[in-house]
Amino acid sequence: MMDKDSQQPFDVLVIGAGPAGMAAAVRAAERGGRVGIVDDNPNCGGQIWRGAEDDHGQEATAWSSRLRNADITKLFGMRVFHQPETGVLLAEGTDDVCELRYTNLVLATGARERFLPFPGWTLPNVMGAGGLQAMVKSGLPVRGKRVVVAGTGPLLLAVAAYLRKQGAEIPIICEQASWSSLARFGVGLLGRPGKITQGLQLKKELAEIPFAANSWPIGAHGGQVLESVTISRGGKTEVIACDFLACGFHLVPNVELQSLLGCQISGGFVQVDEFQQTSVQRVFCAGEPTGIGGVELALVEGQIAGLAAVGEKNAAQKLFGERRESHRFARMLDRAFRLRPELRSLPSAETIVCRCEDVPYSRLQEHRSWRAAKLHSRCGMGPCQGRVCGPATQFLFQWNPDSVRPPVFPARVGSLGRVVSGL
Amino acid sequence: MLKMQCAKPIRKRLRKRNIKRSRVPLSKTSSVIFAPSADLTTEGKEEFAVLRGFHFKLDRAVMVPVQRHWILSTLSVELGKDRIGARGYALRDGMNAATYDVVIVGAGIVGAACADECARRGMRVAVVDREMVGSGATAAGMGHIVVMDDSEAQFALTRYSQQLWQALRRDLPEDVEYDQCGTIWVAADEEEMAEVRRKHDYYAQRGVPTLVVDSEALQRLEPNLRDGMAGGLLVAEDAVLYPPCAARFLMERAQELGAQLQLGAPVTQIGEGRVRLSDGVEIAGGMVVNAAGAWAPELTRGMEIKKRKGHLVITDRYPGFLRHQLVELGYLKSAHSVTSDSVAFNVQPRRTGQILIGSSRQYGAEHGEVDQAMLTRMLRRAQEYMPGLGQMSAVRTWTGFRAATPDKLPLIGPWPGDKSLFLATGHEGLGITTSLASARILVDQITGAKPEIPIEPYLPSRAVKEVAHA
Ligand SMILES: Cc1cc2nc3c(=O)[nH]c(=O)nc-3n(C[C@H](O)[C@H](O)[C@H](O)COP(=O)(O)OP(=O)(O)OC[C@H]3O[C@@H](n4cnc5c(N)ncnc54)[C@H](O)[C@@H]3O)c2cc1C
Ligand SMILES: Cc1cc2nc3c(=O)[nH]c(=O)nc-3n(C[C@H](O)[C@H](O)[C@H](O)COP(=O)(O)OP(=O)(O)OC[C@H]3O[C@@H](n4cnc5c(N)ncnc54)[C@H](O)[C@@H]3O)c2cc1C
Repeated sequence: MMDKDSQQPFDVLVIGAGPAGMAAAVRAAERGGRVGIVDDNPNCGGQIWRGAEDDHGQEATAWSSRLRNADITKLFGMRVFHQPETGVLLAEGTDDVCELRYTNLVLATGARERFLPFPGWTLPNVMGAGGLQAMVKSGLPVRGKRVVVAGTGPLLLAVAAYLRKQGAEIPIICEQASWSSLARFGVGLLGRPGKITQGLQLKKELAEIPFAANSWPIGAHGGQVLESVTISRGGKTEVIACDFLACGFHLVPNVELQSLLGCQISGGFVQVDEFQQTSVQRVFCAGEPTGIGGVELALVEGQIAGLAAVGEKNAAQKLFGERRESHRFARMLDRAFRLRPELRSLPSAETIVCRCEDVPYSRLQEHRSWRAAKLHSRCGMGPCQGRVCGPATQFLFQWNPDSVRPPVFPARVGSLGRVVSGL
Repeated sequence: MLKMQCAKPIRKRLRKRNIKRSRVPLSKTSSVIFAPSADLTTEGKEEFAVLRGFHFKLDRAVMVPVQRHWILSTLSVELGKDRIGARGYALRDGMNAATYDVVIVGAGIVGAACADECARRGMRVAVVDREMVGSGATAAGMGHIVVMDDSEAQFALTRYSQQLWQALRRDLPEDVEYDQCGTIWVAADEEEMAEVRRKHDYYAQRGVPTLVVDSEALQRLEPNLRDGMAGGLLVAEDAVLYPPCAARFLMERAQELGAQLQLGAPVTQIGEGRVRLSDGVEIAGGMVVNAAGAWAPELTRGMEIKKRKGHLVITDRYPGFLRHQLVELGYLKSAHSVTSDSVAFNVQPRRTGQILIGSSRQYGAEHGEVDQAMLTRMLRRAQEYMPGLGQMSAVRTWTGFRAATPDKLPLIGPWPGDKSLFLATGHEGLGITTSLASARILVDQITGAKPEIPIEPYLPSRAVKEVAHA
């Protein structure tokens, strides 16, 4: 493998090769910048266009080929875990570590699913909705399996449609949001031709799948593995036999790297100016970390960030109108899928909240802050670094997250202690 | 929490003591003025107010912000047959119509141990911390319970304290993770082997069991150490624990014996038997203990304490990789240095199977940020001794501040110039170990009991800067 270290800084270094990062890298490179793009996956595409061989539609194909054809240094299978010095990032692969220098940085780190604890959620075969989708994409067979899809957010529909296509039987999709907020969401969509077609396509694929609003899982049961799920549906409970529970409560942005770099974060989202620049000069942010808004917003924000990073402000400005429209969609998403307070009482005393460290709900109740809970119960101290239980406890107890310390992702001791040239 | 605990006993006490309660409407006000009333200023009568568990004298007006949900009552109290006609105002939230014998500032492991010791000797004690239990250096420390022989006094305190931890062992809850894994002082070469023998003799003379191990034995005990180490000294009674939970355990024991704890309360001033909080509330105690760790000098001027920053890195779980706390003998050189920055190989097996990697020492750093140059030096050093560490997954890095004194001994005892003020700070890198013994000898001094070890080396009077006399 070539030496990925570069003493000469990239004009634009992009972290994350989902739609936002791809768009940023492509637009910056097409304007002649020296561009690098890093992603911890083996291919570009991020969460939604994952799986290089799959057909993700015209838009995905177009961006992928632009990325392929542009003069961009692609560092896939590398995960950025630390900024040892301003302008230098460290990234680690399975057996190497490299030092990346940049003049401008675009952080397009995407989002992850939010999980909420309820009795039985740690049973084998209870999985994240997106997580199960990713596993099926990488070979897990679901043909003939019964999969209950539950939680909240549009991702549930996409996952259900996908699993169904792979031969799974979906007895029900449980959406915690109420019919009325969903209806408002649906009506709002009328202003968005792109979303409508997308919605219709999904509708066809979802045709025979029962969909229940006002419903959510309250318990998962089984001996060794999942056998059934109890759901609360319109105030009544119902037990449904199943092989898998695909469960996710919308998305939370990945803002840890931004936080390490000192970017201002408010309400969980990275604050940016009209050119997608964060509170830190020359550090831009695009896609889900600035607000959960889907592919289209990610693409337009990525383009603006990429153009602005190479100084093409006029070209960037031309995209502001498009971004404004996508922002409207993001706000609708936010309103429609807001978590209902009843979900705070899902866990029982013994329900494990922190899976890495086996911390039950009862041990968290006595604490006043995330830091206190963490110090005294070890909640969030495991290898996931609080990525799962952090957002859950933020919802359950309104705790604010802790400061971020390196490594942003677990990294080898040898990589963390690497001698950075020039230091 | 405080509120729930206190609601019942207080109601009982109110009845017993014939306190008239009247509700003061608070809906319009967000602060209340407590002032002495003209009609009750005769001899033997004392005015006071009790606020969220803290009693304070009313010799002048104080303005206090109050929360709407507090119930304010005016009181006149008759205490016992001596009929002290006092009058004041009480808020039900944690009320306690008694003054304190001791008010401790700081709920780190040292403050918690002092609270426990005071409470066990029957004192009324209050503890205040601006954050929470075990949130300062105690949250950052490695939790190595280690006997050290830097000086005779350091040995005496660490050994005494280690024995107190051993005695407490059976009472420690699971989450304190007490594990007597022992220390091996690792000698890299023959010169350091000579130090191993000296240390062995010193410990043997003082009744601490140790074992000199040669190169091969060391390899058997710790197969992941690099080949070719000269040997080491195994100190079998050394242990490790998880400091924040140890502090919480001590504090809870104190609370069971009536100690009052107030968290989230920054102290702005102490002295003359009083502790003043940032919201203006004053807490009166016969004695005040400054156990504010590295921040103690902010409250008591003129004490010679400097912040000494340290870095630590924790890995994912690798059970069995490491069995003892391993410290390079060069550590002594590092810890001894009073000026320059230094690192040393110092690794600890946690009960979870994780490995805690230290250590670094730095003066003059005020910010808690990770310093890459220090981190790199520290991790390089660790890998020189244990190459296999390089492949392990590091989960988190953090920093903490040790409260360092010029002679590397803590400050335990009365502060010259204020008879009511005691210090319990300056524990540098040994405060987890020495917390229990520090509390013993501090409370011995407060109560006039005879300490088990000579206390002179720790008296704060030795470390007073000029300003204090001025
Ligand atoms: C699990 C999951 C499944 C989803 N499935 C669907 C779906 O089926 N349909 C749909 O419409 N929407 C789906 N979404 C939503 C979709 O992700 C977004 O709408 C859109 O992809 C956002 O694009 P993005 O570029 O902002 O982020 P992402 O596509 O998430 O891309 C971010 C990329 O950055 C990488 N990255 C992050 N941090 C680092 C780092 N430090 N170093 C290196 N790389 C890093 C990530 O691995 C990822 O590849 C899903 C989201 C999630 C979380
Ligand atoms: C990296 C590192 C490794 C260490 N390893 C070990 C080890 O292995 N073994 C060992 O024995 N020791 C070790 N130590 C030392 C040990 O951690 C400390 O000596 C010990 O924790 C000190 O406890 P303390 O209670 O005095 O101080 P702290 O724990 O710092 O407590 C002080 C408390 O005072 C409070 N406070 C401060 N100012 C105010 C104010 N104005 N108002 C209200 N409250 C206030 C703070 O919030 C804090 O809770 C280590 C220290 C570090 C930094």
